Amino acid sequence: MFGQLPILLTTIIFLPLIGVIFILLVPKQIPRFEHNIKNVALWTSVTTFVLSLFLWGGFDVAHKGFQFYHVVDWLPSLGIKYAVGIDGISLFFVLLSTFLIPVCIIASWRTIKTYIREYMICFLLLEIMMVGMFAALDLVLFYLFFEAVLIPMFIIIGVWGGQRRVYAAFKFFLYTLLGSVLMLLAIIAIYVQMGTTSIPELLTKSFPYDLQIYLWLAFFASFAVKVPMWPVHTWLPDAHVEAPTAGSVILAGVLLKMGAYGFLRFSLPLFPYATEVFTPFVYTLSIIAIIYTSLVALAQEDMKKLIAYSSVAHMGFVTLGIFTLTQQGVQGAIFQMLSHGIVSAALFLCVGVVYDRMHSRQISYYGGLVERMPLYAIAFMIFTLASIGLPGTSGFVGEFLVLLGSFQVNNLVALFATTGLILGATYALYLYRRVIFGPLQQDHLKSILDLSPREIGIFVPLILIVFWMGIYPKNFTHMVDPTVSELIKNFHKSKEHFPTKSVAEVLGLKTPDQTNLAFDNTKHTIDFQNDYYPEYEAKSRKAKNRNGMYFGYMNAGQFINSDRLDDEFVHNVDSKEKVSIR
Amino acid sequence: MAILCVFLPFLGFLIAGLFGRQLGDKGAQYATCIPMILSAILSVFLFLGNSGIETIIPLFTWIETGTFSVSWALRLDTLSCVMMIVVTFVSTLVHIYSIGYMSHDKSIPRFMAYLSLFTFFMLMLVTANNLLQLFFGWEGVGLASYLLIGFWYKKATANAASIKAFLVNRVGDFGFALGIFACFYIFGSVSFDDIFRDAASHKDKIIHFLGHDFHAMTLITFLLFIGAMGKSAQLGLHTWLPDAMEGPTPVSALIHAATMVTAGVFMVARMSPLFELAPDTLAFVTIIGGLTALFAATIALTQNDIKRVIAYSTCSQLGYMFFAAGLSAYDASIFHLATHAFFKALLFLGAGSVIHAMSGEQDMRQMGGIWRLIPTTYVLMWIGSLALAGIPIFAGYYSKDLILESAFASGAHGHMLGYFAYAIGILTALLTAFYSWRLIFLTFHGKPRAHERVMAHVHESPFVMIMPLILLAIGAIFAGILGIDYFTSGAAFWGKSIVTNHSGHPHVPFVIEHLTLVVVLVGIGLAYIFYLLKPTLPGIMARKFKALYQLSYNKYYVDELYDLMFVRPSFIIGRIFWKAGDGFIIDGLGPDGISKLTMNASLRISRFQTGYLYHYAFVMLLGVFALMTWMIYKFLM
Repeated sequence: MFGQLPILLTTIIFLPLIGVIFILLVPKQIPRFEHNIKNVALWTSVTTFVLSLFLWGGFDVAHKGFQFYHVVDWLPSLGIKYAVGIDGISLFFVLLSTFLIPVCIIASWRTIKTYIREYMICFLLLEIMMVGMFAALDLVLFYLFFEAVLIPMFIIIGVWGGQRRVYAAFKFFLYTLLGSVLMLLAIIAIYVQMGTTSIPELLTKSFPYDLQIYLWLAFFASFAVKVPMWPVHTWLPDAHVEAPTAGSVILAGVLLKMGAYGFLRFSLPLFPYATEVFTPFVYTLSIIAIIYTSLVALAQEDMKKLIAYSSVAHMGFVTLGIFTLTQQGVQGAIFQMLSHGIVSAALFLCVGVVYDRMHSRQISYYGGLVERMPLYAIAFMIFTLASIGLPGTSGFVGEFLVLLGSFQVNNLVALFATTGLILGATYALYLYRRVIFGPLQQDHLKSILDLSPREIGIFVPLILIVFWMGIYPKNFTHMVDPTVSELIKNFHKSKEHFPTKSVAEVLGLKTPDQTNLAFDNTKHTIDFQNDYYPEYEAKSRKAKNRNGMYFGYMNAGQFINSDRLDDEFVHNVDSKEKVSIR
Repeated sequence: MAILCVFLPFLGFLIAGLFGRQLGDKGAQYATCIPMILSAILSVFLFLGNSGIETIIPLFTWIETGTFSVSWALRLDTLSCVMMIVVTFVSTLVHIYSIGYMSHDKSIPRFMAYLSLFTFFMLMLVTANNLLQLFFGWEGVGLASYLLIGFWYKKATANAASIKAFLVNRVGDFGFALGIFACFYIFGSVSFDDIFRDAASHKDKIIHFLGHDFHAMTLITFLLFIGAMGKSAQLGLHTWLPDAMEGPTPVSALIHAATMVTAGVFMVARMSPLFELAPDTLAFVTIIGGLTALFAATIALTQNDIKRVIAYSTCSQLGYMFFAAGLSAYDASIFHLATHAFFKALLFLGAGSVIHAMSGEQDMRQMGGIWRLIPTTYVLMWIGSLALAGIPIFAGYYSKDLILESAFASGAHGHMLGYFAYAIGILTALLTAFYSWRLIFLTFHGKPRAHERVMAHVHESPFVMIMPLILLAIGAIFAGILGIDYFTSGAAFWGKSIVTNHSGHPHVPFVIEHLTLVVVLVGIGLAYIFYLLKPTLPGIMARKFKALYQLSYNKYYVDELYDLMFVRPSFIIGRIFWKAGDGFIIDGLGPDGISKLTMNASLRISRFQTGYLYHYAFVMLLGVFALMTWMIYKFLM
């Protein structure tokens, strides 16, 4: 449609930098200093968003692999490159980021009164990091953006936040630091092992099984904190509560998606076997997240905290969906992330509306707002309904697909996760009732004003998107579908190349189990594949049964490791390299 | 035409909802009522044009990913056409009635918009061509119901009732959703065409679920039926319906009597090809339906709120529909659904007229002796009650008798549950007649018990309210006699829209055929004795059978039980998880614990930096000594 300019993506990533420079150039003395800064920030971000729409327009669904691929030598001595590109998975995350930044800037138009220049710079830098992170196709570049995102966010919470902002910022930092360090180690290990950090190149290689387990765990530590998954979620409620409204919007809208994006980009394709091994573990954590945090949300007295906890529950659906490794589950997880990016952002904006007027987030402080604020009540209702996944809104499609996918692979997991439908409705409607319905008794609320034109201007597009995604999601799923099916296909293909070994064995907690593979010796013939195995000091051959499972190694016609089949084996192999088992 | 029929109410909703303030009350009423009337007219044409073969009008793709594909589409067959007629007619009349009933309310546009929105969702539900669109309508009507129950948002009880309705329905939807997943698991599709086509070839499949192997069809239908239990307020998930009476009366008539609550019955009929393959589920449906019919009727005996009596009556009548469906008499079930819609809406709107006349009073103990003052309403309530009880000529007679005779015939064919259902049906018919006339006698007869000021103000409702009542009354009288031949003519009328293997008018012995009537007359007679001849008798009975009376009066304490079992524990567990789980354990061992540890450690280490020279000298000496020892040990030994 629009053709694909490779430079487009890089332009989008770094365009906000130009805005930053202009903001720095605005002299402080001129009368409309603050106004000019806001305008520069707004128009830069709007331009970026418009440009990013061309990514959508120019995206070629039929093309497999990365598009808008742009690569420049960066650290030639190490072979590390600046490489960016997008596929069906990252496309909409880029769009989500570029869409929410202007929303944030408009939302903070009147509410931020101190250090406006620095505030706007923070948001524009944040945009660079976010888009860069979703587009990065080199591990080092990814790591750089992934961690650098935290710096502006840390500042936004720490400077413009609420009363306990320092505690929240440090907690946020402490959690993420732990994961980051491990991920850095993992990246170094990958570089040492594979000699490259280019993601497209790594996708074609496969890692030794033992290493996969360690690397998966290291990446998991980092991603799980970002998602956040239970039990490393406690930074989120504090961070949200203390962050200014726009900070919460970005935090819930985009930053929470980084972890799940990481799973999709790295854990699944690079470490398929480890993914398979840890799937039950992730299911368990996801279900706990859904049920546990929903119940916690029910008990909250602070509006922002309640929505923060609901985010953890919603992200539980996302992690569950990703690890179902079915088309519907993964697609649903991605859709749920996009929907959550819009809906939870909108809910935080809703809290922001009343917080700006009354400076309280306590639920008990409000009640009966519909009396004075009918428009606000409508907007809040729509987002609440989207959050509880009413069919016809965006929330439903993602949640439904995730559950549908999980039922296909494990219906017990689906059963537990589906309770989220009930619990989610409970806390959301309970919140709505306490804030919006009931008699308007409090005196301080009697003069509260309904939405201003600026606020209406923010909410209307969000509402339209919620319904668009709910009623005709094809515009989105159509783009994502091929990438997801490719991901799943490759996953199942590459998974075959590894022997079965439990995690405990890899980590040295248990000696190799001789009976962990049931083998029906009447049904299988064995194929051999030439391969070099250093531990047997010679060219060995792996023995594989018809199901594609490896169970032993052979050297010079003799089995040197045949796991549990010693007695039954014919130890000499004929020239056709086939053996039959008695 | 079908698209217009379904989307006209939505148009009305959009106009009244978005521009309600600009249009004013009158404008909003026109903007919603006119599309509704058009829609009702169109539905008649659709019904007449329906040839028994289903027509599917595709709209556009909804969700499509991998092998999962669902489209928005309208499915027109006899079943959906019958439902459309019922829905659009009752809805139109309720719309018009509301003009009068809500005339003193200050948010008329909002109310009218909600009513139209509800109608749209209901039409989407009945014309769905796949389980997912059905679910869309299903949840949508739930939403409309939630909004309308809580319409008077200042009333705490209304808010509580609206949330309760939504959540109890969600519990049902939990089952429904799982049913959809299981359906996709087995059939690879959620579209009705695919499911019904492949049903026979998958009938022996097994699903491994919760550690057991289940017969797939039984599991699917069972899960779907849990959804129906929620929506149609069946035993266990019925608690929301009586509370839903907190909403304005037109809402009770439209949503909580005539249409939405029957969605469960409709779904069972729609999925009848699947239910037929799952005899165990059908047995379960019969038992739940039968128990609900009886259970709700016993509660209705002692309630004092006029609307609650009718609400429990609705619950009980839904039980009838379900056990009919459970015995494979889907035609009888839908027939009763249709006639019930008319007479129950009539009863509710009539009750609304009474409440309107009594200045908002709903307690029957505060009524009495008003039949001369509001004769039209009085007559209409009689018609509704006669239809409900099942007196010949009136609509309920045909449908209820059909159900009971089908039940008996099913029993005669060796299906034991048939007799069970028949026995319960007869017993419930007695109770139904009793509580219906208890309502009439308490409300209209006897000495006036209301305050003089209220009595002085009692007046007949305006024409705009009476006119819909009269039309409904015509339906309540003639719907049965006109419909019976069509509804019982099997596949000739129904096409393939429902399973008609067991349909038609069964032949039963003379006694059985007329037992219902006898029982109903006995019920009316008893009510006459209790409430007109000897008004002291109910009090004496209540004292004599105190335990039973209390049980019925307090609705078997189900609400209290649920509150104790689910509601409170959820909040308590939530608090525990929050304070103890998140606060104490995770934060305590995690970030807070680590930072505390670091602080403590550094505090201790910082003690070394005392600033006294001799301390440093001493430590240095120790260090030198240690170093020397080590070197000696290392190099000399």
